[in-house]
Amino acid sequence: MIEFYLNERKIRTDAPPGAGLLGFIRKEQGLKGAKLVCQEGECAACAVLVGALKGDSVQYRSMCSCIMPLANAQGRHVVTIEGINGAELTPVQQAIADCHGSQCGFCTPGFVVSLTGTLLGGRRPGYGQLRQAIDGNICRCTGYKSIERAAQRIAEELPAADYGLEALIREGYLPAYFRDMAARLAAIADPTRQGLPEEETASAAPLFLGGGTDLLVQAPRKVQHSAVQPVFNQPALKGVREEGGRCIIGAAATATDLQESELFQSVLNPADGFFHLLSSTPIRNMSTVGGNLINASPIGDFTILFLALDSDVRLQDGRRERTLPLKDFYLDYKKMDRRPEERLAAIEFDMPKKSLCFSFEKVSARRNLDIASVNTAALLEIGGDGAIRTAHLSAGGVGPIPMYLRRTAAFLKGELLDEELLKAALAAMQEEIAPISDARGSAEYKRLLLRQLVLAHFQKAAAGRVDVGSLALPG
Amino acid sequence: MNKKATPTTRPFSGNLDAASHTRGQSLYLDDIPEYAGTLYARAFSSPVAHGRIRSLDCEAAARAEGVVRIFTWRDIPGENQVGNIVPDEPLLAEEEAHYIGQPIALAVAETAEAAEAAARQIRADIEELPAVTDAREAFRRGQLLAGSRRFEMGDVEAAFAQCKYIFEGTAHTGGQEHVYLEPQGAYALPREGKVFIHSSTQGPTQVQRAAARVLGVPMNQVEVDVTRIGGGFGGKEDQASPWAAMVALAAYILKKPVKYILSRHEDLLMTGKRHPYDSDYRIGLDEGLNILAYEATFYQNGGAAADLSPAVLERTLFHATNSYYVPNARLTAHCCRTNIAPSTAFRGFGGPQGMFVIEAAIHHAARSLKVDAADIQQKNLLEDGHVFPYGQVVRDSEARRCWMENIKRNDIAALRDEVRQYNASHQFSKKGLHLMPVCFGISFTNTMMNHARALVHVYSDGSVGISTGAVEMGQGANTKMVQVAAREFGLRLEQVRIETTNTTRVANTSPSAASATSDLNGKALQDACGQVRERLFGLVREALGLSREDTIGLRDNTVRVNGEEQDMSWQQLIQLAFSRRINLSAKGHYATPEIHFDKTTEKGHPFAYHVYGTAALLCTVDCLRGIYSFDAAHIVHDFGSSMNEGVDLGQVEGGLAQGMGWMTMEDLQHSPEGRLLSRTLSNYKIPDLYSVPAEVTVHFLGSEGSERAIYKSKTTGEPPLMYGIGAYFALYGAILAFNPEAPRLYHAPMTPERVLGLLYGEKMRGNAG
Repeated sequence: MIEFYLNERKIRTDAPPGAGLLGFIRKEQGLKGAKLVCQEGECAACAVLVGALKGDSVQYRSMCSCIMPLANAQGRHVVTIEGINGAELTPVQQAIADCHGSQCGFCTPGFVVSLTGTLLGGRRPGYGQLRQAIDGNICRCTGYKSIERAAQRIAEELPAADYGLEALIREGYLPAYFRDMAARLAAIADPTRQGLPEEETASAAPLFLGGGTDLLVQAPRKVQHSAVQPVFNQPALKGVREEGGRCIIGAAATATDLQESELFQSVLNPADGFFHLLSSTPIRNMSTVGGNLINASPIGDFTILFLALDSDVRLQDGRRERTLPLKDFYLDYKKMDRRPEERLAAIEFDMPKKSLCFSFEKVSARRNLDIASVNTAALLEIGGDGAIRTAHLSAGGVGPIPMYLRRTAAFLKGELLDEELLKAALAAMQEEIAPISDARGSAEYKRLLLRQLVLAHFQKAAAGRVDVGSLALPG
Repeated sequence: MNKKATPTTRPFSGNLDAASHTRGQSLYLDDIPEYAGTLYARAFSSPVAHGRIRSLDCEAAARAEGVVRIFTWRDIPGENQVGNIVPDEPLLAEEEAHYIGQPIALAVAETAEAAEAAARQIRADIEELPAVTDAREAFRRGQLLAGSRRFEMGDVEAAFAQCKYIFEGTAHTGGQEHVYLEPQGAYALPREGKVFIHSSTQGPTQVQRAAARVLGVPMNQVEVDVTRIGGGFGGKEDQASPWAAMVALAAYILKKPVKYILSRHEDLLMTGKRHPYDSDYRIGLDEGLNILAYEATFYQNGGAAADLSPAVLERTLFHATNSYYVPNARLTAHCCRTNIAPSTAFRGFGGPQGMFVIEAAIHHAARSLKVDAADIQQKNLLEDGHVFPYGQVVRDSEARRCWMENIKRNDIAALRDEVRQYNASHQFSKKGLHLMPVCFGISFTNTMMNHARALVHVYSDGSVGISTGAVEMGQGANTKMVQVAAREFGLRLEQVRIETTNTTRVANTSPSAASATSDLNGKALQDACGQVRERLFGLVREALGLSREDTIGLRDNTVRVNGEEQDMSWQQLIQLAFSRRINLSAKGHYATPEIHFDKTTEKGHPFAYHVYGTAALLCTVDCLRGIYSFDAAHIVHDFGSSMNEGVDLGQVEGGLAQGMGWMTMEDLQHSPEGRLLSRTLSNYKIPDLYSVPAEVTVHFLGSEGSERAIYKSKTTGEPPLMYGIGAYFALYGAILAFNPEAPRLYHAPMTPERVLGLLYGEKMRGNAG
């Protein structure tokens, strides 16, 4: 039995927990505003807001309902466009209509939902945040400029003095029932929120289900008909924390959780724009770190990042827990050192010292919300004497597994950094990788691209010490 | 609902559907409430690109739970044929399969899931035959879908002999997936022996014709209705027909409602896309950079069936010289049959493919002569009195005005200096700037399609209902139609209701395509309204005792005589007319005058008018990583006298983005075996918010417009897409600033892979040419 609010109505359903939320909304509930377009989280025409009780208020996130498992709605407030509509157009809707931000209209409800969700964060969003909120919404008609103009107008018109839920209701951005949602959610018994022990599934090797961003794309029918064990909302698997110099991240932490974690952000190089290269707002709200690792994609962005941070993974089977280095976790294409009953609990790594430079690089056909042709990360420490004290290097898209470039890293470590060394290391790296030609690029391209991106790491870590320009040109 | 009163004096700007769109209350095919007992269909399609079907095993599928019936070609009561121009496309494959994704059988079941499962259980024993995916290879093998065409003007060989500079080379443009957000689909209902079809189509009559043919019934036994569609871009012109014919077949035989909405995966796999082209060019210039001669040969990849390919091919030839005067031209085009899904209409309809080649030729010449491409472009722009290679004389050319206005308004000379300085001071970041002029002919190139009808009813309370053949797909056709009726009757927009596009109200329509929708349907509607108005004016003349010299008008809901408001409202006039038994309905008709084309001589006057414009595109390339972004697009566009600036601006901005997508990131890939590699939206990327230029400006060129355009408001649908071609050459410019020795490569799209290859001169896959 799954219990949640859909707009103003309480829903109790026996529908399969692994079924997609969009099908439930459209077919079972007859709400036709959210559209089915891609069934893979690529367009957000199906966007809904999912509100969770945080203290005495509700925190809303936009999600793609086409790949969101119904199970993850448990205890939540799911808002579709119908739940935003009032008697009049809301100012968000009015801005889109007036700025000609809607042509064929099929994507439009998704844009309205995403933009409206941004208003609910407690603080008054500016144009930049509003624009970012629609980074996962695809429109094929307008070319986006009219929608940007609408976002600008929304930013200008938002109430300023007493910004908050009440002001938004008063000004017609939201229907009045939003006021009651915190109390209503509090009345739903939510085992995950109260930290009750999770229900044990009968299956010895259950299908652990996170945000759905991979499983509901790859095998929606299978998930729908399987005994699933939802982990997305398990408190024990959430969170980012520091313990004794180690950063520990729960497997069910979402990309957004990491993005909002000051601790985790302190690891990253802000100039890399890591989270901007990582999918889109609704997908970041759904995708879990654990899912990214367990998916075992050779180009998983988090996997590549954690490999360079020399991370360890914690696996649990309900009785025992074991820890192993991430770089030993991947055995072959989509094969891991994991027994079926084992679940990824957390990933952890030593917080890098301030003297270390962390760098992440990714190139894809489209700059944003795309799968990498090649991605790579590096953790480098170069001493005042030019000696490379630390060298961790990872690369995706250049082999059957996400690669920790052991030999290249070993080649560099302890050596004195100069052009000759780097040149030799780059040559050694070409021996270590084995890219194949596929839809994301030819093998030759991936080789050249990785070389360029590793140079970009050194440009950041050792500007002034090596002349990257002279090395960039091959041969 | 916020319904703002719209004055009749000021032109309306925007889309009347916008309010219901933002509320998610606009109805699309899959939002129409289903009848109880509705069945669901799913096609089983060919897993091989070319093969002989030895046998088909539907046993297990037919016995599966919830399955009602499996249909094959043997169940078709009429003709197994959906080909429009050429009858070469069976609805369900019989003995041979010609592309991966070609429908072979149709599973119909009680739920969509059961139909999907059933389709998966169908087995075909297919003897594989060699597949061809390359147009040039198909041509070598003599695989043609239709006769080759040649447009010729002047004496090309003699002119080349006069040329000081001659350059030749090859070019390639890739296909493009439409990614209309609403997938293909149809819902058929049996109705007392006839079939009613809800279809997501740009061509209701086309669907009607195809379904009637398959059922073996006259067209009056099939009714097609379209409320609106969630994007079309040409992809639902002819290719909406198969799905509609399939559900019609099942509904007709099973006497039950049957629905089929393609999943995105099926849609990508099974439907045709923009034609890839391989081309050869030879361009000749004199000392003063005047283009004296141009020769081009186009190998069009038409896919496995003709579909609209012969018409697309023709438009390639019409636009092969873009905005330039070429006194001596020889343009040849071949419609090649390959083993990919039948290529089809896509915004621009072959025009963009033709234009890319001459832009490549000019770029080639400019680079070799060490001049700016703009020097050659500007020198050769079309002027009145020039003749197109197809014989039409240029009238009211706005080519030079658009160009000059752009370089003046945007101070292109200063921008060039900035680019030069930036490039001199940045080692790994380079900028590129390119100007792209566009000239696009308006009309269906098949003259017989340039006609339309419209129906108007004035109800006895004064409210107005209109029906036309136009299909609303985001281009604002419905809004423009409402504007026409409101203007003709002097009413507010709210007083006019536009009905669904339905084949029983308006018959024998041309599809909403060729940018001709608002002109053809608008003028037919103008005619219909005019008929009713003339009857009303006769009545006013009589009732007020007016003489022949008095002029009557309708404005702001009031009758006017000689400009003076009368004490007679629109409602009073209508009540009076109704009581006098005056016909308050009319059917209007319009057929574009003057146009003609003779395919035997390949000469004529095929276009009602031309649309002009110039775009300036500015980009920045990260020369370490081979990635790029677009800083700006500045456009000067000839809208004539725009009747709806909001809609028209949206067409320009949207067309630009779509054209840039085609030129930069939309990389349609097939394996040599004919398998579509880019078959999900996670590996076929269309522009997102960040892909479009940071700044887009659109200047409305003040121009007279054309009498052939509704209210002289030139149509905007297709032309802006071709501004996107400038993106390729802007990127190339930045690349050459980094690597002046970069190979010559006119192979779109300019993906990050091709950019890096050009920056570093690497010989990489797919870059030959």
